[in-house]
Amino acid sequence: MNKSNAVSDWILLVVFSAVILTMPIWLAPFGANYPDLMQKFAIYGLFAIGFNLLFGLTGYLSFGHAAFLGVGSYAAVWSMKLLTMNVLPAVFFSVLVAGVFAFLIGYISLRRSGIYFSILTLAFAQMSYNLAYSVLTPITNGETGLQLSLSDPRVLDAAVGISTGRSLPSTNLFGVKMSGLPGFYFCAVVLIIGFFISLRIFRSPFGTMLKGIKSNQTRMAYTGLNTRPYLIWAFVISGMYAGLAGALMASTDPLAGAERMQWTASGEVVLMTILGGAGTLIGPMLGASIIKYFENIFSAFNEQTLNQAFDFLPDSIQGIVVDTVSLFVGEGWHLTLGLLFMITVIFLPGGIMEGFRRIGGIFTRNKSNTPSSGAVAEQS
Amino acid sequence: MDAIFLQVLNGLDKGGAYALIALGLTLVFGTLGVVNFAHGALFMAGAFCAVTLEKVLTISTKVKDESITFFDAYKEVPILEAKFPVVGAFIVDYSVPFAILLAIPVMLALGLMMERGLIRHFYKRPHADQILVTFGLAIIFQEIVRHYFGANPIPQAAPEIVSGSANIGLWIGLGENVVYPWWRIIYLGFAFLVIASVFAFLQFTTFGMVVRAGMQDREMVGMLGIDIQRRFTIVFGIAAVVAGLAGVMYTPILPPDYHMGMDFLVLSFVVVVVGGMGSLGGAVLAGFLLGILQSFASMNEVKTIFPGIDQIIIYLVAVVVLLVRPRGLMGRKGVMED
Repeated sequence: MNKSNAVSDWILLVVFSAVILTMPIWLAPFGANYPDLMQKFAIYGLFAIGFNLLFGLTGYLSFGHAAFLGVGSYAAVWSMKLLTMNVLPAVFFSVLVAGVFAFLIGYISLRRSGIYFSILTLAFAQMSYNLAYSVLTPITNGETGLQLSLSDPRVLDAAVGISTGRSLPSTNLFGVKMSGLPGFYFCAVVLIIGFFISLRIFRSPFGTMLKGIKSNQTRMAYTGLNTRPYLIWAFVISGMYAGLAGALMASTDPLAGAERMQWTASGEVVLMTILGGAGTLIGPMLGASIIKYFENIFSAFNEQTLNQAFDFLPDSIQGIVVDTVSLFVGEGWHLTLGLLFMITVIFLPGGIMEGFRRIGGIFTRNKSNTPSSGAVAEQS
Repeated sequence: MDAIFLQVLNGLDKGGAYALIALGLTLVFGTLGVVNFAHGALFMAGAFCAVTLEKVLTISTKVKDESITFFDAYKEVPILEAKFPVVGAFIVDYSVPFAILLAIPVMLALGLMMERGLIRHFYKRPHADQILVTFGLAIIFQEIVRHYFGANPIPQAAPEIVSGSANIGLWIGLGENVVYPWWRIIYLGFAFLVIASVFAFLQFTTFGMVVRAGMQDREMVGMLGIDIQRRFTIVFGIAAVVAGLAGVMYTPILPPDYHMGMDFLVLSFVVVVVGGMGSLGGAVLAGFLLGILQSFASMNEVKTIFPGIDQIIIYLVAVVVLLVRPRGLMGRKGVMED
């Protein structure tokens, strides 16, 4: 690792932190500077960054990552029910539980690669989802979802004499309530730490090893290296990130439901990562923010707002336009998501980051600088 | 004994659907080498062919209700029935079987369009890309259906004559209390028929022979001057038709809704993996096997011993099979070994 690279990494980190922390200011013109949404940016960003550590570095496509997120949020809510409303223990336990869970699943799934791996992870995630809905109801509270209640013991809180009183307590960090802006800043700080760790992993020998596995696992094995422990670690770390994201979700809104584990949720994080650019540092964060932003904007539309928006058109055309557009917004947001998914994979397999690189390539006319990520288009 | 027999039948039923979808998946995989996550959507598309036909046939008009005499009452009657009382009523009653006639051309066209328009460009891309793009396509199908048909399941009726239950117990001497819905028996027979015709097509026709040769060694067949690509495209169309037919016939058993495709897809993939990637026989076998296992797992006696086992049995079996026999039950060597 040469010195200039290390310096540029620090610059990247500082810029990244600055951009994240100033979100409430520069997102204002987009109308997206309210805490709920920004929390989502940070949480899903973290989720995607973790997913990218597995998919981007090793090329192993997990289709069951939402399971770890779900497990993480259950663990967090339980910590809040049993121990304390402070979010730090919740975060700790979530990461721990998700890590152990990821180890178990990874230990089995990673015996296979390629599509088998995808299907195995998918099978495990569906299994967890089904279990959470049925048998594990005492732990997960089934369809209703796990919620706080007044009768929870909260041993630690009780020990230091914090009484909950008549109303449900809110999550806090040593007294600072975790809703609204403070909640966002908490998520943001965790996100920055997560980003830093991911950066370090990318640059470490461990990360290089993972990239080696992606480009040619057989050759790695021929050099006498056992790739399995590396893969398992990558999977566990990635699962811990998902658990952390789950913990943050529970911290900002203390409930956990099984639908977070559904495979569509796993698909979403895959899309975020791909859209931003798998294997890049900032890509996943970018993808997550874009998707959450547009989800927020698009699903808010309804017939009325559309009619207002296209009011300037003649009546006959207005009707047609509104009908067509209404396919894609509001309830139909998932349709847009699907389209986006396909368009990205077809035309820009390296994601937005590759797009940037291509645009940059036009200006600098530097051919050697063209995409180096593994997912280069091979249009036949 | 009765209960066990019924569970086997139940399982065969569900297994029939799994087997049909898995068969298509395997065909596509074995010929084109593409992992098609949109195959469940094709199953759903078939089911909604039946729904559409039923909707069209029962476009109604108001007719004076003759049975009420002391005031003018009107009732909704399908135009078809009002115009041609006997034939019309017959067609409306048999809308699901008639939907098969509609589904075959529609699904074939859909399959060919999908292959030519999209899948073709993904032969040489990594499997991850194939999974992702077809996953996106599946979402699109699903959302379009939801937009036009709503989110609620739409029940479809089997023809009147087979809407009851058959007293199978009497046929095979198990006593009178073993009864089973007619339609499910028909579905089972239909599934066997479709599977048999696909196998016969591949085994006994020249076209099928070329396709099988192409599955073994695509390049060699190409060198012999055969346009193997065109045949594989048609195979994709056939796979789509098989999935669509499975969907059409399944509608009276399970009211179709927009996410039925996804639900079945995940299971069918597991079925394919258990059966062995690229093995047609394996897919069919595993489909029925897992169907039966699932239905046994949902028996109350079993559930009291292992609560929740019915929810996870298929996944559990898949995990065990993949770990013990990585190629699946009947997987061939050299297929998808990366």
